[in-house]
Amino acid sequence: MLKSSSFSLGHQSQLKMKGLSVADADLVVYVHPSKSRKVSQAILRELSSLLFKFNEAFDGVLLAYDVNIQDKQAKILSGVHPYFGLRLKANLLLFSPKSDMLLEGKVVKLSQESIHVIILGFSSAIITAQNIRGEFKYKTKDEEELFASRSHKRHVIKVGTMIRFLVKSFDEEILHIIGSLMPAHTGSICWLDWNLEEISEFDRSATKSRGREWQEDKTFEGTTPLSYNNHIKKSKKHRITED
Amino acid sequence: MGLELPKYPEMEEDNFVNFTDSEIVSHVKDALTSVLSGDSNSYNQLVAVMHHSKRLAPDEVALLETTLKALGGAVSCIDTTLHDSLLSAIFSMSMWNYGPHVADALAELIVSLAISNGKYLDLCLGMLVSNFTPPPYFLDKLKLPRGLERKGQVLSLVHAAFKKISDYIPLAPLRLSNIVLQGMPTIYHKDRAIVIYVENMLKLESGEIGELVGSTMLMAVVDQLIELDLEIGWDAILQDDFSKGIFEMELEDVDEVEESAEQDTGEFRLSRKSLAGNSIAELLDNLLVLTFEHLESCERAGRLAKVFETLLQSFQITVMSAYKSKFTQFVMFYACALDPDYCGMRFATMLADLFVQDSHPQPIRMSAVAYLASYLSRAKFLSASRISSMLKRLVDWCLEYGKTPDGDINPNAHRVFYSGCQAIMYVLCFRMKVFMDVPRLKMQLLMPMEQILKHKLNPLKVCLPSVVEEFLLQSKAACLFTVSKTFVFDGLLESELSRAFGGLERLDTFFPFDPCLLKRCDSFIRPMFVFWSMVKPTYDDAYDDDNDDGSSDDELIQDFVNENEDIMDDGVARSFDEQGLDLDEFDCALKKMSITPKNGFSYKFGGGFQEPTRMPCRIRPSTSPESL
Repeated sequence: MLKSSSFSLGHQSQLKMKGLSVADADLVVYVHPSKSRKVSQAILRELSSLLFKFNEAFDGVLLAYDVNIQDKQAKILSGVHPYFGLRLKANLLLFSPKSDMLLEGKVVKLSQESIHVIILGFSSAIITAQNIRGEFKYKTKDEEELFASRSHKRHVIKVGTMIRFLVKSFDEEILHIIGSLMPAHTGSICWLDWNLEEISEFDRSATKSRGREWQEDKTFEGTTPLSYNNHIKKSKKHRITED
Repeated sequence: MGLELPKYPEMEEDNFVNFTDSEIVSHVKDALTSVLSGDSNSYNQLVAVMHHSKRLAPDEVALLETTLKALGGAVSCIDTTLHDSLLSAIFSMSMWNYGPHVADALAELIVSLAISNGKYLDLCLGMLVSNFTPPPYFLDKLKLPRGLERKGQVLSLVHAAFKKISDYIPLAPLRLSNIVLQGMPTIYHKDRAIVIYVENMLKLESGEIGELVGSTMLMAVVDQLIELDLEIGWDAILQDDFSKGIFEMELEDVDEVEESAEQDTGEFRLSRKSLAGNSIAELLDNLLVLTFEHLESCERAGRLAKVFETLLQSFQITVMSAYKSKFTQFVMFYACALDPDYCGMRFATMLADLFVQDSHPQPIRMSAVAYLASYLSRAKFLSASRISSMLKRLVDWCLEYGKTPDGDINPNAHRVFYSGCQAIMYVLCFRMKVFMDVPRLKMQLLMPMEQILKHKLNPLKVCLPSVVEEFLLQSKAACLFTVSKTFVFDGLLESELSRAFGGLERLDTFFPFDPCLLKRCDSFIRPMFVFWSMVKPTYDDAYDDDNDDGSSDDELIQDFVNENEDIMDDGVARSFDEQGLDLDEFDCALKKMSITPKNGFSYKFGGGFQEPTRMPCRIRPSTSPESL
């Protein structure tokens, strides 16, 4: 069994998604002598026990790790149980949401009172009605619950939509986030990203092409940003040829 | 119509139904938020509704249901500090007290609360887990049809709630398994509460979040079984009074027990005192049966192989390391019986692997081979070829060991070797006739035995005398080999030397799959179990003619040789009774093949002797020397 470990974080690099980062860490893991035959197994077990838990030292939730044993030799601690300390170098994937950070997740439940989101498949978030800006109105359409923007009819949030939201607070024990859709640049990712690129085009093209676009749009609601970007290029071409 | 929503005093009774859901929700929200400003009237009325649970009139039921639903919509307004009386009222409610609609509304409320805020998750899961067991007054009603109906309703709601919470909070199952483990009733709680709790744990294993929590639940159940197992005293086993050494083979008639009670002082039996009350054994019996039934359902669902891996792990960690577990190992036996091809062989292979590897500690290796020997002897569902392949591994290992130079008789130093030899002899006592009938097996298996037995280390002298005697008898009758020295043990179960190799743990007298003494379990195990009386020893040709009950041996021979006149089905045990054999006629030596205490457990635990479960194998020692 492992007694304790100490770590120091080295270089940390942010990934494209906020809150996710990869860090280099120097770790020291203390292994019980009974595991001296199966050291790698002991190390992996110890590190695995840290997965999906918030770690103070890392200041984040450990999602994945890649570890290398630095030294074949290890110092034996003096004491009743002569644990020996192994130096390791590890690459750690960390998730550390902070207040006022923008996160992205998928909507799994939607009601008039709240929107429930799951981030990266393991962390949960809730956005209560009081944290949803007035722009969004709760509607039921074809027995489906959704939030639709009053000013941009196509900006719709429903179950399955990927949304970007602001972190208000983060419960480190349950990995539960209280989120907010108050800021203007939060909402459905599809719409936000598309809106950003196309904003000038939108203003120019008035009513004519808009009808046709809307029909195309409907089928692509809820896709991931990546696939939608491809579609944007396609529809742009389409519209240009029409014009 | 007693209680009304207080904010609308002008409301007529008939208008009650005209409020929409959202209006009711907003009213509740107002009641909650008004506490902040100091006005707790409506809030207190809400709390009062929650507390009102006993003997509800229909309109009160409707009000409760409506309130719960409204609260479900207003969870965002619930604050831990301001509304703690409401929260504690909600968390102390038991779904068992209410009908389906209210219970459903309550479950929905709990789910909404759990997913609304991380703070409530553990409390909500805890509340659901506390609904595993009904309130004390309900425990008695569980057997009645109404009780069963309520149980089905509540448990399905609870488990559905777990799934819903897990859908929205992916890490919830992790916290749930911790809460379930912490909430396990101890043996000091009412027995029925433990049984239903374990039932819930097994339901979690096979349920929709089973992938995530299943193995934890299963291992915890086995831990609980072992805990109860160890509570049952087995003090007698440590007594050294084996001078007389007359032991019953298998379960016994009650009458015979009473008769002989005074005579056999050297008898070892489970003393009544050490039982700590029948209740623990009965509880263990019920839990084991629950586990068996769960394994059956796993098998029907095609999941048994996967579940078996968890069981194997649990067996190695928990059961094997427990000092002489009495009954828990039958879980493995039953699982193997349900799937002999995969599970059955996997178990045997695991045990054999443990035995042959030097890196494992000695007691583990000796324990493993004791389990293996008892398993191979008692499992009716194992084919001769499989048994022989396992035995061959043991024989090969013993042969290999025998080649090492320092070989003088020394029970302590060569414990593992002696336990291996004893295991082989024990299995052969049960299966020798079968192997004799197949020439290939005879050559492969039985010939090398001679080398081992005649080795300097002298296993015949060190191993358990009762086993050695029986083995020699059978091998002599089978003309396998002759032993130059005579081994006269005088009906001893054990000797100084065997005790020495057995060590403190007495692993020389450890036969873990001896007949199960728990009544209900026994009825499950019996059809797939080989009782000693079903075995046809090689020296008993008279035996063959007398009973046409095929027993296990014939079925084994069937695999290789196509003689099949005498095959009978599982009714063997009972039909054997009816033949009323007078066993004193048998001119055979002590068949002390098990250390099963002689008093009829079925009598003690069943609380009444329902049916003759006896195997009439009370065999007295033969005083005639020609038996050797």
